[in-house]
Parts: sequence; structure tokens; C-alpha cells
Amino acid sequence: MFKGDFIQNLPKIYGTYTGGFLVFIILMALAEQAGVSAKNIGVMFVAFTVLIYALIGYLSRTVQVDAYYVAGRQVPTVFNGMATAADWMSGASFVALAGGVYFGGYTYMAFLVGWTGGYVLVATLMAPYLRKFGCYTVPDFIGTRYGGNLVRACSVFVLFIASFTYVTAQINATGTIASRALGIPFEAGVWVGLISILICSMLGGMRAVTWTQVAQYIVLIIAYLIPVFWISSNVGGGIFPHLMLGDEVARLGELEQQFGLVKNSAADMKAAGVPGGLKYISGTHSGVPEGGMAVWKYLSLAICMMVGTASLPHILMRYFTTPTVRAARKSVAWSLFFIFLLYSSAPMLATLSKLALMDPNLPTGIIGKSISEVKSIEWVQRWSEVKQVFIADFNGDGILQLNEWFMRGDVVVLATPEVAGLPFVISGLVFAGGMAAAMSTADGLVLAISNALSHDIYYKIINPKAETAKRLLVARTLLVIIGAAGAYIASFRLTSILGSVAWAFDFAMSGLFFPLVLGVWWKRATREGAIAGILAGIISGTVYLTWVFPKFSVPIWGGVNTPFLGIDHLRFGLIGAPICLVVMVVVSLMTKEPSAATQKLVDDTRIPTGKAILGKQH
Amino acid sequence: MSNKDAYWNKTKNHMIVTLVLWAFFSLVIFMFGSELNTMSFLGYPLAYYMTAQGSLLAFVIILFWTANKQEKIDEEHGFSEREDD
Repeated sequence: MFKGDFIQNLPKIYGTYTGGFLVFIILMALAEQAGVSAKNIGVMFVAFTVLIYALIGYLSRTVQVDAYYVAGRQVPTVFNGMATAADWMSGASFVALAGGVYFGGYTYMAFLVGWTGGYVLVATLMAPYLRKFGCYTVPDFIGTRYGGNLVRACSVFVLFIASFTYVTAQINATGTIASRALGIPFEAGVWVGLISILICSMLGGMRAVTWTQVAQYIVLIIAYLIPVFWISSNVGGGIFPHLMLGDEVARLGELEQQFGLVKNSAADMKAAGVPGGLKYISGTHSGVPEGGMAVWKYLSLAICMMVGTASLPHILMRYFTTPTVRAARKSVAWSLFFIFLLYSSAPMLATLSKLALMDPNLPTGIIGKSISEVKSIEWVQRWSEVKQVFIADFNGDGILQLNEWFMRGDVVVLATPEVAGLPFVISGLVFAGGMAAAMSTADGLVLAISNALSHDIYYKIINPKAETAKRLLVARTLLVIIGAAGAYIASFRLTSILGSVAWAFDFAMSGLFFPLVLGVWWKRATREGAIAGILAGIISGTVYLTWVFPKFSVPIWGGVNTPFLGIDHLRFGLIGAPICLVVMVVVSLMTKEPSAATQKLVDDTRIPTGKAILGKQH
Repeated sequence: MSNKDAYWNKTKNHMIVTLVLWAFFSLVIFMFGSELNTMSFLGYPLAYYMTAQGSLLAFVIILFWTANKQEKIDEEHGFSEREDD
């Protein structure tokens, strides 16, 4: 199956796969009609899809170095776009994004702009040049461009911090979804998730991850879009919500006026016993908050996410797999197109979900009804049991007010199908989609880390004479160790999913953005400049994070500090990256100009034709 | 000026144009969020529409446009890759 004309047959293979998946959905719908329990349908959805990914992973096994590291550089443009989209859209994007918009409204949507706009930076500043360079990993570029083991090791260090922060959150998400869908404890879910992730990536490295990610993209996009369109037509939003929800957004504004946006005091919430992590609506849906600080908060978050996107190694390395430089550029465009399909749907889902709960004219509306009536609704009972929703009657009038309804953000995606009266088969599909999203990102991240350690640290620094078999053995062993370490830490549930996802972007932008950009765009950048810049950026960023994040600042700095210029823990890259830039430029100018050979190397990187800087096998 | 330098100058200018467009859709318009929200598009308040969908769509279009334009620059200077993907 994976020989000869496999690449030409891709559209046919994935077309058949998509058809097969749709048939599976229909079979599950029939099974539901025939009386199979909701729980079993959820189990079958997750088990069936994970089995397919494992099969793809097994079929893509390889003993070639370039297949393991860069999928043999033969992934066609559009398919690489799909794989990148799956690599990109994490468990957080799938499960938490709509919930974020639901509670945060306009302000939160800075994430949407940030997580898409960054691709313009990837396409113009990085991807085509890194592809031309012919590196296997991101530190491979930095190590070769600036020359020397120290700068290589520094970039591996940043990659490790950024990607490991991110992978823990992904394994956490995989565990959450596996535990809910399979009805097992969270800790067991984490290990089930880890095993699924390793099966997909261990035997075939990047090649296996590529082809499973394409399959995972297809599942996750179907699982996201079907409910959005269906819910929209069920609650009267029109068949194409993206263009037709203007009235609904306006209606939400009216309802906010009618019910009133009330802020609860922390003491009230504590007294009522609201479980941690549950939120209530206290801001407007589409309104823009007034004032310069609000604008700055929006822009600064968008900047961090965009620059962070362009520095994350697990994304950049996807563009090493295309056949040509031109294909790498186009592939970035396709990636964003596939991401856009999901991201533009999240606000629509949030709008529909909010309306379904808030509008008293809809049968699904609960706000403004009597609390005893709401508590007797089946889905409310089910999600209350697992502490995902909560009702606190603050004013004691027995009527549910907007500020008395608490919900976890994830519930927007996971429960809206139920709320809007869709059959359970859709909820099963959503579980499979969430699992695909979390797994595909975790795969990419675990691979990015273990590849950097095996290629840049082991092969390039420790043992340059290692033979292919040994290199791949080391790579696979590290993959298992990194995955297990991630799962072990995830099983402690240290942070909420979103906190740590944003941190990964800030870490990456603090230490990697400018060394990568200047490596291509500024010939004068020197090795010493790069080393100083990377270290200054990552250290200053990290120190600032400990200073500004209350959980760290209290034990370390002895108190809670006020963020400098509104730069809080989600935005600490705005401290690290500028420091990295200044230090890198100053130190570069103080040290000797790079050699003629290095300058020639940069010149060659800039043009698409001619030999790659690093050979096919290196 | 050698062909390589001319090519790189054009590429640089193209990069700057792309980044100006990018900055417009990602940063500039959101500096005027509350003003834009008084206008409407497809029935949505404009700033809401842009952050939920409009800017995202603009980025997709910018990326396809910029890739095509860069391919033309490659061709003009004889740096376009032969094999088709």
C-alpha cells in the first residue's frame, strides 16, 4: 500500500477513508435506533478511529532516516496542509475554543486572530527558507546557520521547554476525552491516550505522523462541522450559520440587556460552593470593551500568539516534508485554509449555544426559568453529576438568572448537541473528533522533541559516527521516554488546558523567533549573537513569568505583583522576544562578521533552486 | 546588480507588502474596534465580524496571493523549480 504510486493514489485512498468514516457514522446512527446504549456508541467511536490511526501508523513504519525525520520529503501540498491543520488544532482548539468565545466574547477572540495570523509570518519569513535549507529539525537550521554545538544545544533547550509545556496539555486533553468517552478514570485515560499516540508515531516517525494526521484532520473537521450546521438549523439559525447569524448576535445583545450582566463576588461564589474551573457569563458577546488598555490587551495577546505560532518547532517542521520550496509556500496557505474551516465555526457554535440556553422563546432556553424545572432536565442532571455545570441561587428567588448558571467551557462543544436535541451519535462523533485533535497535536509535539534530542543532541553532538539503525533506535527510545514523561506530569493535572497552551507560544517566541528570522534575513547575525539572544530571551521571559504569575510569584518573590504595562502571564513573550532581539543585534555587531562560507550559505538559502544546504541524508 | 541581488530585493519588497497587509488585518483594524462595531456587515457588528471570521479569511487570501506572487518573482529571475508537485 505504501510503495510506488502511493503518493499518486492519495486522493483515492483518503476519499475512500472519508466515505468509510461517513458509513461508520450512519451505522452508529442505526445502532442507536436499534437500542445500543449511548455509552457504547461513544466507546465504539473512539475505539474505531484510534484503531484506524494505529493501522496507518503501522503501515508507515520505516527504517530510513529521511522518512523517519521528514517523511521522505514527498508530502503533496494539500495533504501537508491537512496534516499541519491537525498538528495545529489541539485538544484545546477543538474542545475549549468555542467555550472561550462563549464566556469571553470579543476579547477572547484575539486568540482566533492570533492563531491564524501567525501563518502569514510562517509563510513569508520562515517556511520556504527552512525547506530550502534541508534541515531535519528546527535546531538543525540554527546549529548549521550559526555553526557550533553550543548554539544548537541552546535552541534544543528552548524547543524542549516550549514543546514540553504544550505536550503535557495535549496528553491531559487526550486523557480527559478518553476517560469521558470510555468511562474510565482520568489517570487511566492519560495512559490510554499515550499508548495511542505512541502507536501512531513510533514505527514510522514523521512519515507515520503525517499520514495519521491527515486521517485525524478528516475526522475532526467532520466532527466539528456536522454539529454546527445541524444545531444551527435546529435552533432556527439558518442552514449556513457563518453568513446568517447576524440576527442571532443582535438578539444576544438584547437578551444581555434583558437579563443584565452581573458580576458575582468571589465570596458569594465560594459560599455557594461553585466548583473550580466553572464560569458564568459576565461580559458582552459582540461588544468591544472601551478604553486604551482594553485595546492593548487585545493587540498584545494577538501579537504573542502570532509570533509564537511562527516559532513553534512542531509546526515549522511540517514544512520540511514538502517536495519543493514552492510547495512549502503553498502548503502554508492550504494549512490556514483548513484551520479556517474550524476556527471560523467556533464563534458560530458559541453564538448558537448561548442562544439555545438564553433565549426564553426557544424550547431549550433555561435562563429565566424556575430552578426546580431546570434541575429536572436530563442533560443538566447528567453534567451536574460530573461537576461540569452548577446552579447557585444567589438571590433566593427560585428563578435561574444569567449569573447563577455556571458551566465549564468544554461543555459548549461536548454538550450543545445534546442540548439542541441532536441524537447521541453526534456526541459520540464529537468525542472522536476531540480525541483526533488532541492526539494529532500530541504526536507532532512528542516527535518534535524526540527528533531534536536524537538528531541534534545525540547524533550531531554526542555520537556523529552512529549508524542509521542506532540513530533510529535512539530516536524511538526517546519518543517513548518523552511521551511517558508528558503523561506522568499530565496525570497530576497541574494547569488548566489553556494556561499552558499560551505559555508554549510565549516560550517559543522568547527564544526562537528572532534567531530563526535573522538567520535568514540578516547575514550579519553571528553565532555569539544567537547564543546570547536565545539565552537572554528565554531567561528574561521565564523570570518575568515567575514574577507575574501569582502561583509562582508568591513563593518566589514573596507577593503578588502587578503586571508591567498589562503584560500578564499569557503575554510574557512580549518581554522575552524584544530582549532576545536587542541582545542578539548588539552582540552580533560587537563580534566578528560571519565567515564568507556562512554568508554564501545564507545566500543559497534565499533562492528556491539549487541544492539544499544539508544533504538528503545527514 | 547581479540577478541574485535583484531577486532578493524584489523578494524583500514583496515580504514587506505582505507584512503590511498582515498588520492591517491583524492589528490596525482592532485599534478601532469600538468605532468599527457601530457599522455592520452581513448583519454582524463589523469588529465582531472581523475577529470572528473576516480577518481569518483575509489571512487565507493573503497567503494564496503571496505564494502566487512569489512564484512569479521566481520565474522572472529563473529561480523557479522544475519538478511539479
